[in-house]
Amino acid sequence: MLRWLIGGGREPQGLAEKSSVQTVGEEQIQNPYTELLVLKGHQDIVRFLVQIDDCRFASAGDDGIVCLWNAQTGEKLVELHGHTHKITAIAPFSSSDAFEEKKYLIITASADRTVIVWDCTSGRQVQKVSCFHSTVKCLTVLRRLDVWLSGGSDLCVWNQKLDLLCKTSHLTDAGISALVELPKNCVAAAVGKELIIFRLSDSNNESEGWNVFEVKRLVDHQDNILSLVSVNDSTFVTGSHVGELIVWDALDWTKQASECNFWDSSVHPDVQPEIKLSQSPNETSVQHLASDEECVFAAVGKGIYVYNLQMKRVIACQRTAHDSSVLHIEKLPNRQLISCSEDGSVRIWELREKQQLPAEPVPTGFFNMWGFGRANKQANQAAKKMQENTPMNFLELVGDLIGHSSAVQMFLYFGELGLATCSADHLIILWKDGERESSLRSLTLFQKLGQNGDLQLKL
Amino acid sequence: MISAPDVVAFTREEELEDDLYREPPLPEEYSVPLFPFAGHGANPWAKVAGSKFTRDFILISEFSEQVGPQPLLTIPDDAKVSGTFDLNYFSLRIMSVDYQASFVGHPPGSAYPKLNFVEDSKVVLGDSKEGAFAYVHHLTLYDLEARGFVRPFCMAYISADEHKIMQQFQELSAEFSKASECLKTGNRKAFANELEKKLKDLDYTRTVLHNETEAQKKANDKGYYTTQAIEKANELASVEKSIIEHQDLLRQIRSYPYRKLKESEFHPYEPECALDRADTGCDQDPAPSDPAEPGETHLYTHIPSYTPKLIKAKSAKCFDKKLKTLEELCDVYFFTQTLDQLHHIERTFRGDVCYLLTEQISRALLKQQSVTNFLFEDMSFLDEKPPEKQYRGCQGLGQDAMDGKCLEESLTPKVVVSLGSYKSSVECVPIKMEQEMEDSEEPRMSESVMSEPQENLDYLDADIKGSISSGESIEVLGTEKSGSGLTKSESQASLPVMPSPQAGRSKVGSRRTVSEDSIEVLSTCPSESLIPEDFKASYPSAINEEPYADTDDERGLRFAPRLGAGVADEQDDVSKQESLVQVDAACCIGKESPSFLEPLPELGQKPCEEDGVVRIPPQPYRAAEQGLRGGFPAHDGAPGGLLPYELDSRYLLGSREVSKSSLDECSDSMSYISSAASTCSDRTPSPAHPACQAGERHRKRAGQNALRFIRQYPFAHPAIYSLLSGRTLVVLGEDEAMVKKLVTALSIFVPNCGVYAKPVKHWVTSPLHLVDFQKWKLIGLQRTVSPAGVNVLHALSRYSRYLSILDADSKTLRCPLYKGTVVARLADHRTQIKRGSTYYMHVQSILTQLCSKAFLFTFCHHLHLPISERESEESVVNRRMNFLKLQLGLANEDVKIVQYLAELLKLHYIQEPGRGGSPLLRFDYVPSFLYKI
Repeated sequence: MLRWLIGGGREPQGLAEKSSVQTVGEEQIQNPYTELLVLKGHQDIVRFLVQIDDCRFASAGDDGIVCLWNAQTGEKLVELHGHTHKITAIAPFSSSDAFEEKKYLIITASADRTVIVWDCTSGRQVQKVSCFHSTVKCLTVLRRLDVWLSGGSDLCVWNQKLDLLCKTSHLTDAGISALVELPKNCVAAAVGKELIIFRLSDSNNESEGWNVFEVKRLVDHQDNILSLVSVNDSTFVTGSHVGELIVWDALDWTKQASECNFWDSSVHPDVQPEIKLSQSPNETSVQHLASDEECVFAAVGKGIYVYNLQMKRVIACQRTAHDSSVLHIEKLPNRQLISCSEDGSVRIWELREKQQLPAEPVPTGFFNMWGFGRANKQANQAAKKMQENTPMNFLELVGDLIGHSSAVQMFLYFGELGLATCSADHLIILWKDGERESSLRSLTLFQKLGQNGDLQLKL
Repeated sequence: MISAPDVVAFTREEELEDDLYREPPLPEEYSVPLFPFAGHGANPWAKVAGSKFTRDFILISEFSEQVGPQPLLTIPDDAKVSGTFDLNYFSLRIMSVDYQASFVGHPPGSAYPKLNFVEDSKVVLGDSKEGAFAYVHHLTLYDLEARGFVRPFCMAYISADEHKIMQQFQELSAEFSKASECLKTGNRKAFANELEKKLKDLDYTRTVLHNETEAQKKANDKGYYTTQAIEKANELASVEKSIIEHQDLLRQIRSYPYRKLKESEFHPYEPECALDRADTGCDQDPAPSDPAEPGETHLYTHIPSYTPKLIKAKSAKCFDKKLKTLEELCDVYFFTQTLDQLHHIERTFRGDVCYLLTEQISRALLKQQSVTNFLFEDMSFLDEKPPEKQYRGCQGLGQDAMDGKCLEESLTPKVVVSLGSYKSSVECVPIKMEQEMEDSEEPRMSESVMSEPQENLDYLDADIKGSISSGESIEVLGTEKSGSGLTKSESQASLPVMPSPQAGRSKVGSRRTVSEDSIEVLSTCPSESLIPEDFKASYPSAINEEPYADTDDERGLRFAPRLGAGVADEQDDVSKQESLVQVDAACCIGKESPSFLEPLPELGQKPCEEDGVVRIPPQPYRAAEQGLRGGFPAHDGAPGGLLPYELDSRYLLGSREVSKSSLDECSDSMSYISSAASTCSDRTPSPAHPACQAGERHRKRAGQNALRFIRQYPFAHPAIYSLLSGRTLVVLGEDEAMVKKLVTALSIFVPNCGVYAKPVKHWVTSPLHLVDFQKWKLIGLQRTVSPAGVNVLHALSRYSRYLSILDADSKTLRCPLYKGTVVARLADHRTQIKRGSTYYMHVQSILTQLCSKAFLFTFCHHLHLPISERESEESVVNRRMNFLKLQLGLANEDVKIVQYLAELLKLHYIQEPGRGGSPLLRFDYVPSFLYKI
């Protein structure tokens, strides 16, 4: 009974597999988050967090409620009620050009087959559209064109005033699962295994307005496309359920590179057999993709991978970064990476370069080491066998945030304001830098003292 | 304004320092045997052993017109309490010092009996033979059937400790006034009811008589009246007269509240439940002849249908009938309210006077720490209305400050003590010795007195000697006369009430002009018991104590002018602002060391002194004082006018050893008392404030448990550190009682996060979540073997970084390392403290030190913000750490404690009122260690 007490380990009744997860220990010098605020407002799983402006964000989830929060104080600003079913997509939509005053809007789509536009400032419902035949699963705002798209079983184009500009014919019953904006007024829509490129054009005839038509269908994926991210103007990346990662050219929609086996143990003969056994589609599905200019960061199964676009290979990975599926991944400006997972934890990683000593025999396999103890951290690196002398990278765990009791669906990085995480335990947690908060409070304190005229001692 | 000493005081005197006692030695025949218990370890509380009752109690007596003074009830209502104490005898004593001008009846020149609404009188009385001292509160209730319609009652707080009565006079007076007001309100209501019934009876009788007369007239045509008819006519006439009289009485009693309300200081007793009003308000009685008066009229109108009776011409005289009981007199509701109030008083003043005083002082001091006191103090304790004394006891204040205060008080209708009495005291210089009459007309009498102390002394001596022969043992130490509507003659006329022949003699003995309605010393003490000092000490306001100052050491002398000067001259705003502080200084110092007594009597003579009698604390018993000294090391050898903040700083910066050891000493003496099975065990510190009485008991128990905990568990320090640094401590165990006990023990170390209840959860059975750690800082958690129990443990290990876990079953603790020094002082397992409440106080004192450090840290501007704009963040951080380590002397983890407290202070301060602000959880990434026994 006392084993957990004496052991002091993180996971007491951990399975054999879990023991392979790297732990960081109780001392986390680099972890700045030493203060947290629990934000309560939702009654069901919170799935989405979107940033509205510098200090506000919105959360939405299965209870159909949208909450607006102050990221600094954790204060709930407003609660938006309007949807009767769970919310399936949310997108911020700030309009600045037309009005002198910047207007912050958010668009939400729900399983009740409606889309609502909200005014964040007043907390009022601006407009509601309920002419959909199916649930809208994704929303994208094309700022350049000042329109927004909704993707369900068909693709609709709307303007700011919520006039339907044009729509495609019925695509599939499954509907569009992801949309990404491409150059030249194109969008890529993930529909099942297919990737469909649409082009928007404002037709010459002014009265007819907009038109949308299919340009190309890409059928390279073997399984459903789960994630879709645009890297830069010339590249976008897709990831599928069976772990294929394909890099596309955004202009001519050709496949530039693909990494469909980087999860596959068959190419790594050294990998221990037990891991092979545990391979399943779930373990390899590309749940989420993030990117900066040079790399794509993929949440694949329980692991995270860093794929370098130039080198066209995985430069670092953490095969079991979490105890279960990684749901969201984000790159921070400071070479850090944050991932959150179904196991309820959020982990902070740092991408470090490691100059491989030439003398050291390079392991043939990718991930030959499964013990991620501190002693053999170097082994975590992902090394391709060919380029011996290129700088090797590895992901070092610098901190973990434990607070949620259920899957962490998503997180939102607010810079120095902190980090907001939302979870299936109905909570949102705002993680903050304790030092900074403390000095901010001091500042407020002295301001208030000055206001109250308490600076002269009364005692 | 006058108080007389008692025998006991003398014996105590002799036990103590000789330098205070420079008078010519007392003649042999006056000396009394040494205090009998002196041999037994000189227990400072043992002085009360002489009394015949075991603890303080409240006695209600009545001067019955049938049987004379008789005790009605005691509170607590327990025969054990009064023991062998003769209540009948004491009732006689207390009823014999009634100074109310309770004149009712037919005043000359008035056709109708007139009700006199007299103020209560408040008297302090001592009976050395019985070893009893009492605060006596006289009041008069109206009873239609009583002689002159009045029934004199009195409530007395009886204690064996004279000083308690004297020093708590203000509080007692305030509290008893409430009780009295309650009784009188009920009584007026009942009286009005009674009158109305009587009026109906009379009305009915008149009708009947009238009919009879008419019938007789008709039956009788003879042209002359039979004797019968004449009788009837007379009867009718007397009934008519009676009706008019009663109507007048009813009008008077009804107009009372209205009349009184016009005087700003009157506060009718407000029944707490509006229910009473609700149902009385609706059935307005149509009967009354006079227009209903505004005010309380509705209170008197609750009359169920009443069948009038025929009244016999000659009503039975008083001895035939049973007098109404107090309960009947006052309406059951008000009677029970009064009893509640009296019980409240009894609880409030239970315990030794030094305990009460410390309590009051500390409460007053805590009140001022408005920024930090939420951390460790019981807020209910602080919220309570402070005893009036804290504000009244402002003898140390300057005159104008005082005047301002008086003005304020008379304007605001808050003070319950009727101000009539103040007024009367203000109007007249209380008691003047004849000798002074020539030169001391001006209010600054004190100075003139100061110039000729010796004369006074002689005079006094003569006085005393003149009256010493009395064999009686009753002394009226002082009375407060409330004289609105009293004339001088009346006040003197009341003197003969004194039953014993020495009344006259005493008047002679203390030849003293009684100015209007002031106080009398009615008699002197039994022969050999008196010595001059005592007498002087107890006549402070009248004779100004000065001789005593002569005999005292220099400190006192130096102090007196200092304070006097400060009071008289340097009345700038600052001192006004700090008035409260000074008050407290005066209070606490005055009680603790004799050298500070001098200024008090002098200042007590200010024209606006309110109740001169107790204004001046009598000279404290030295023994008791020593007990106190133990607890207040800062006072030892402290220079004269130490202000509280100086004390604080001494506390804060002074050597820790001193405070610690002295506290231990104090506790020693206290535990000694408790163990010594003396009669006074009941008087050792006990609950002082009923509102937080449960809290008090809780504290005691918590202290005891905490003591046990720190003795039992070698890893108590890191556990306490966890609590102080805001890391939630989970006490895990199977046995609920044991876990709860541990939680109770540890709860005294938990800082409050806000003004809410302590963040302590005694018993939880479900798995913990993050939210729990935000809310609770100390949690008792059930360990079960069921599958649910596994979840519980799983949650614990998951959140282990936020937790310290104390396993009550296996006696292990998992928490971060602690290497500081603060907790070691807080929880020394070799401490000599034995009593829970003492340990609790010890903890409080150290926590208060911590709070003040946190306060300093929080509110030092340059520790948190750069001095100049160019200054880098690091240098601020460095400065901050230096301050914590060097200035505040904090070592290692102690820094974190202060930082955490500072964080709480900040949050508390910047938090906007009304909005709770979301609680935040702060934590560190520090490794935990496992401690085992």
